[in-house]
Amino acid sequence: MAPKVKLPKPGELSKIDFKTPATDWMDTPVEFKPGTYCWGAKEKDLLTLGLPNPRQWSPADEDWKIPEGWESTILDGIAERLSKYRSFKIFMDICVRCGACADKCHFYIATGDPKNMPVLRAELLRSVYKKYFTKSGKFLGRLAGARELNMDVLKEWWSYFFQCTECRRCSVFCPYGIDQAEVTIIGRELLNLVGLNIDWIAGPAAACYMKGNHLGLEPHAITGNIESMVDDIEDITGIRVNPTFNRKGAEIMFVTPSGDLLGEPGVYTCMGYLMMFHELGLDYTWSTYASEGGNFGFFTSNETAKRLNYKIYAEAKRLGVKYIIGGECGHMWRVLNQYMDTWHGPADFLEVPVSPITGTVFENAKSTKMIHISEFTADLIKHNKLNLDPTRNDHLKVTFHDSCNPSRGMGLLDEPREIIKAVCNNFYEMPENTIREKTFCCGSGSGLNASENMEQRMRGGFPRANAVKYVKEKHGVNMLANICAVDRAALPALMDYWNPGVGVTGVTELVANALVMKGEKERTTNLRFEDLPGKGGNE
Amino acid sequence: MDIKFNEILKEKKSDISKRWLEVILASYPNDKSGFLMNQQDRFANPIGYTFSTGIDGILEVLVKGEDFSESISFLEDIIKVRAIQDFSPAKAMAFIFQLKTIVREALGKDIGQSQINLALLEFESKIDDLALTAFDIYVKCREQIYELRTDELKRMTFTLLKKANLMSEIPVQEFEHKDQK
Ligand code: SF4
Ligand code: SF4
Repeated sequence: MAPKVKLPKPGELSKIDFKTPATDWMDTPVEFKPGTYCWGAKEKDLLTLGLPNPRQWSPADEDWKIPEGWESTILDGIAERLSKYRSFKIFMDICVRCGACADKCHFYIATGDPKNMPVLRAELLRSVYKKYFTKSGKFLGRLAGARELNMDVLKEWWSYFFQCTECRRCSVFCPYGIDQAEVTIIGRELLNLVGLNIDWIAGPAAACYMKGNHLGLEPHAITGNIESMVDDIEDITGIRVNPTFNRKGAEIMFVTPSGDLLGEPGVYTCMGYLMMFHELGLDYTWSTYASEGGNFGFFTSNETAKRLNYKIYAEAKRLGVKYIIGGECGHMWRVLNQYMDTWHGPADFLEVPVSPITGTVFENAKSTKMIHISEFTADLIKHNKLNLDPTRNDHLKVTFHDSCNPSRGMGLLDEPREIIKAVCNNFYEMPENTIREKTFCCGSGSGLNASENMEQRMRGGFPRANAVKYVKEKHGVNMLANICAVDRAALPALMDYWNPGVGVTGVTELVANALVMKGEKERTTNLRFEDLPGKGGNE
Repeated sequence: MDIKFNEILKEKKSDISKRWLEVILASYPNDKSGFLMNQQDRFANPIGYTFSTGIDGILEVLVKGEDFSESISFLEDIIKVRAIQDFSPAKAMAFIFQLKTIVREALGKDIGQSQINLALLEFESKIDDLALTAFDIYVKCREQIYELRTDELKRMTFTLLKKANLMSEIPVQEFEHKDQK
């Protein structure tokens, strides 16, 4: 743990009675205050997903309606996972409590709540592991940091494992590489064994299971939304792009998070994909079946994630494409890059991705056969294959937020930066200890971007917002770029609260605004129908 | 403001601000490691940084006897943080009134002088004004949390609002949950 430091001397505070006494963490039960937790998973969604203990319940109620004998369900669940995942066993055993991770979590930084220290978050589960699975814990109990599993502990788990965005920032600083995100993942799996998920995860996961995407968009809604983007693109550029859907024999299948199909500003990023692919004459198709890149099952259990992921390779196979390009998303890439191949690979019916424009072979995707749009675009830019006019983005002073999963999860650090630098003249980095591998989470990842927990999201995102504030004040930054659909959904609220005036954009939207398309009319607005610098009637 | 009083304040300013920071951070009793106080990197510890710069900013304005509207942005920075943490309004705002105690303590024996005492009363009424402003800011922040939720809902259903009737179900979890609040 971090070194003990001086608190104000007794007496120093005598006149001030606002200090509440601190209790030991084991003796501090969790409180559920509105604004700081997400609603419980609904009965109908758990039924749809076939998950245990479907019922209506509320975290604010005393009785969470957990079935009798739940303790053994959980303990058996722990035992099973200890034998299945070696990493879990190691993470339970090897922490030396050096404290290096303690102050690295955005939720701790923004609350000072010790249970949000990664080391202590793990300890919530480790203490139970010790009690039931280690000799010292069995005999020494609390002395060895062990404790009984009871309802208070279960509630505490639910609270704090849904206060961890599985961002893995802490693991960057741990000398042993202990990954709290994995502990949280297991913690959430255990909770799901007794029906304890949150609505914002179970709802989208159920929709995805039934309709193919988190938003529950049916095929006609998907094509309809994209058609309306096509209309807008024509208004802006004079060019009618012509995407295809479910087309067999296309070279490439494109999969993006469904957030890009509906919400603002995600749709502008989606318009960007459409424009760039059209300009390149790419032989690609959308799928209305594999219509979700994201995977909220990943925040539920390994099994659920696996089931939701199945459709991607299945659809690629059905359509007979050569490989897959994926849109801008965060956790989607953690799943695709680290899990998909193990679950459903090898995808030997696909080919190693080769850019049809530059001939670049994406060896890094040799096994998964799926590449990230930023890799694809950065390669185009490197080979000078896009005609770009960055002055169209001159009204923007841009900074880049590394989303946790693409940066820490797959090392996608330089590609988005190269793209932004090619399409914008004003790019400013946030401070070194807040970007790249050390990036601060948006505070809403891993399914925590609900709206009922807005206060909690504003806390979790504070360290990120604080770094944006710095470049805003120093350089006049007014646009926060990212390559993640959850970021595009969640960061606007974060900026509105902490840094009003800073907008949020996907990187491909910036590309499309700068992209000079063959035969386009003179553009007067950007994709948001805002006047371009020096071109608009209002200037 | 009284010249002598002002001089004392100036002289004690760094003590006062140090003490004020301690007192605010005492409202985070669980932070036993002292992280919020000790981590000096402004990006690693945004709360500590926001509070210490905010406090200095506010004191600077008060000590100079300037119009306190100059200090509003500092006040705003602090209140924004307090408004989203686990505090009741009274606890969130207590730190402003605590400044009175701190200044009185800092003045020590000098309070006995009638001239100083008068100036102190004047100074304290400024703190009251500051508190009123702080309360306004706090209420605005709390209201904003609700606005953020509705704004986000609008953004999420942007295409729907633009182009109705393409979907069979509107993904508005919000309304179904009213009774849970
Ligand atoms: S994974 Fe991220 S959210 Fe979870 S404990 Fe580590 S730093 Fe905190
Ligand atoms: S940095 Fe690693 S070893 Fe050190 S306390 Fe954190 S989890 Fe344990």
